[in-house]
Amino acid sequence: MPVSAVEKRPDSLPVAPAQAALAAVPELVVISGKGGTGKTSVVASFAALAQDAVIADCDVDAADLHLVLDPRTLETHNFVGGHEAVIRQSDCEAGGTCRNVCRFDAVRAGQGSNQFVIDPLSCEGCGVCVEFCPSRAIDFPERTCGEWFVSTTPHGPMVHARLGIAAENSGKLVSTVRGEAKRIAVTHGSKLILVDGPPGIGCPVIAAMTGATGVLVVTEPTVSGEHDMERVLELATHFKIPVAMCVNRWDINPEAAERIEVHGRDHGAVIAGRIRYDAAVTRAQVEGRTVVELGGTAADDIRTVWDRVRRWLEV
Amino acid sequence: MKIVVSSIGGSLDSQVDPRFGRAPMFMFVDTDTGETESVDNSAGTNATQGAGIQAAETVSRLGAECLVTGHCGPKAFRTLQAAGIKVYTGASGTITEAIEQLESGELHLSSGPDVGGHWG
Amino acid sequence: MIVAIASGKGGTGKTTVAVNLALSLPGEIQLLDCDVEAPNAHLFLETALATREIVGIPVPEIDADRCNQCAECSRICQYHAIAVLGTGVMVFPELCHGCGGCTLVCPEEAIREVRRPIGVVEKLRAGNIELVQGRLNIGEALVPPLIREVRAKTRDGGTVLIDAPPGTSCSMIAAVRGSDFVILVTEPTPFGLNDLGLAVETVRTLGLPCGVVINRAGSGDDRVHDYCAAEGLEILLEIPDDRRIAEAYSRGRTLVGSVPEVRPLFLSLAEQIQDLATAVPELQAEKGRARVCG
Repeated sequence: MPVSAVEKRPDSLPVAPAQAALAAVPELVVISGKGGTGKTSVVASFAALAQDAVIADCDVDAADLHLVLDPRTLETHNFVGGHEAVIRQSDCEAGGTCRNVCRFDAVRAGQGSNQFVIDPLSCEGCGVCVEFCPSRAIDFPERTCGEWFVSTTPHGPMVHARLGIAAENSGKLVSTVRGEAKRIAVTHGSKLILVDGPPGIGCPVIAAMTGATGVLVVTEPTVSGEHDMERVLELATHFKIPVAMCVNRWDINPEAAERIEVHGRDHGAVIAGRIRYDAAVTRAQVEGRTVVELGGTAADDIRTVWDRVRRWLEV
Repeated sequence: MKIVVSSIGGSLDSQVDPRFGRAPMFMFVDTDTGETESVDNSAGTNATQGAGIQAAETVSRLGAECLVTGHCGPKAFRTLQAAGIKVYTGASGTITEAIEQLESGELHLSSGPDVGGHWG
Repeated sequence: MIVAIASGKGGTGKTTVAVNLALSLPGEIQLLDCDVEAPNAHLFLETALATREIVGIPVPEIDADRCNQCAECSRICQYHAIAVLGTGVMVFPELCHGCGGCTLVCPEEAIREVRRPIGVVEKLRAGNIELVQGRLNIGEALVPPLIREVRAKTRDGGTVLIDAPPGTSCSMIAAVRGSDFVILVTEPTPFGLNDLGLAVETVRTLGLPCGVVINRAGSGDDRVHDYCAAEGLEILLEIPDDRRIAEAYSRGRTLVGSVPEVRPLFLSLAEQIQDLATAVPELQAEKGRARVCG
């Protein structure tokens, strides 16, 4: 339970919160649809180039940005997402009502022959078993399903998180990380919030991009990259968010890169540029640095992309 | 008039919380009788989803005629509209100041949500 | 025998391993593409669509004539999908998880459930491979129910491969649980190592045996190898970092079909998987139960 966060909020808010929030800080969300297209390497480089941005790692399921941005953690908060049902074995009379009402197959036979337990990995936290247990033997505590952190990095403040194993609600954790980044940006008068978004098109991505100033899609010229880019573009259009696009490792398959850009342009995306395949990208990761700090052809291309994105966002 | 304002604290001197669904408190103010009441919304602050819907239900239950807040998202707006509650956005400062802003016509009556979902 | 192919990090080559392994195994193979947000296995196979069904979850519909606005439905709903106002009841189907609590709790029997579509499950055929894939509707947030529907198509007996979604959240669990073995695909980089660690922890929490496939071997450093040695994880296969492989992949070509040196690597992986199937017959007994929970 992020008690400290709730209690601290009045102190950390600027004097006129409503007006401050109205003067929203521009927010760039970097997504990819498909994983492994180089999204995080691009975000880390943008952070190094922007310098005064607040960085938010919303890829809470596989957060990697901290591996290259060298954060020093200032605050750690527990993340609570909903509730979970827990049967008090001492009070369980094994009537089986819980098993009958559970739609998620979360009720299993317990250790003893005639008792039941809830499998926390399957429990959706709906509370229906809690409501209908005739013995009132089911507790419904809050579920801690991750942690989030406020840190400083050489490139600016950073908010990041770690979702617990098998945890749900990554949408809410994403919202928490974004919300905190926004608060810090407003307090510090930052010019930009830079969000490393999650892969896919489901709940976490939706939570990461709604209301953003712009979305940058980092894709790759592969059949999968192309397929997933189309879906993610459709999603951004669905939520009416302006989209820019860049093709990473474009020289692996120039024809596909071309096709992707044509498709993007036809669907209203701004083409922010192309990034060449460069072994330095992996080397930078191994050395725990950003690509632009190491230099190379990809670094040059990322600078060009950043320049266009910056002008596109007017920051 | 019965007004609910989204608030950071539980008094008339508290700051308006620009967020509706995830505001920690609501201040209920009846401008005719001078009656005030603070209502806890920690359930909304911590809600996994649907904080705005739940908050709208709370405001409806309090019998408010209008809501004063910073911003209002789409689901909360739909719910408030269905409950027949007028939504005024753009409020700032203390609760007392926000009510003055409302009475002097400085706030705009919303005809739709002014932010997307999950905005804060 | 059910083998899930998963990874903590996206883009490490899960689909590549799943598809090429399916092509290297003898006999009839079922491949379940559970990466419903980005189902890509079909891009690498020449498939013909056999069936398509729409998947929905049950959401409440309120009978306004019976409803007396007691608000019990709103009280029980943990997802805030129902709001009871002075003027009526509002349902937000997109927030509903389909738990059925409102229907059960309503004293007036004023709620019935209707199906709200969230995606489709398709069966496709490519030679001796039956590909079953889920495809999530755009703008839809609820992923695990669709994955469960794909898993429900799991065949009895034979070899079943599962292409799981990346990460370690509820979606990955829904895809992986109930399998007999998990292949974790990673790459030899700090990102790959970090996410492999999370995936191993997850798979161990589920009590499933696992092995590792290292993709783009030689591109980064040795830390993934060191980690596997320290954790006692078997490295089942290393796919070399080779631009020809990247280019073949980019064009939707299979590695076993277009990069000759890779073929024996996958045949060896296929043999290891078959050995595993004979070595762990006791796992078969668990399957029926596990599939229901999947």
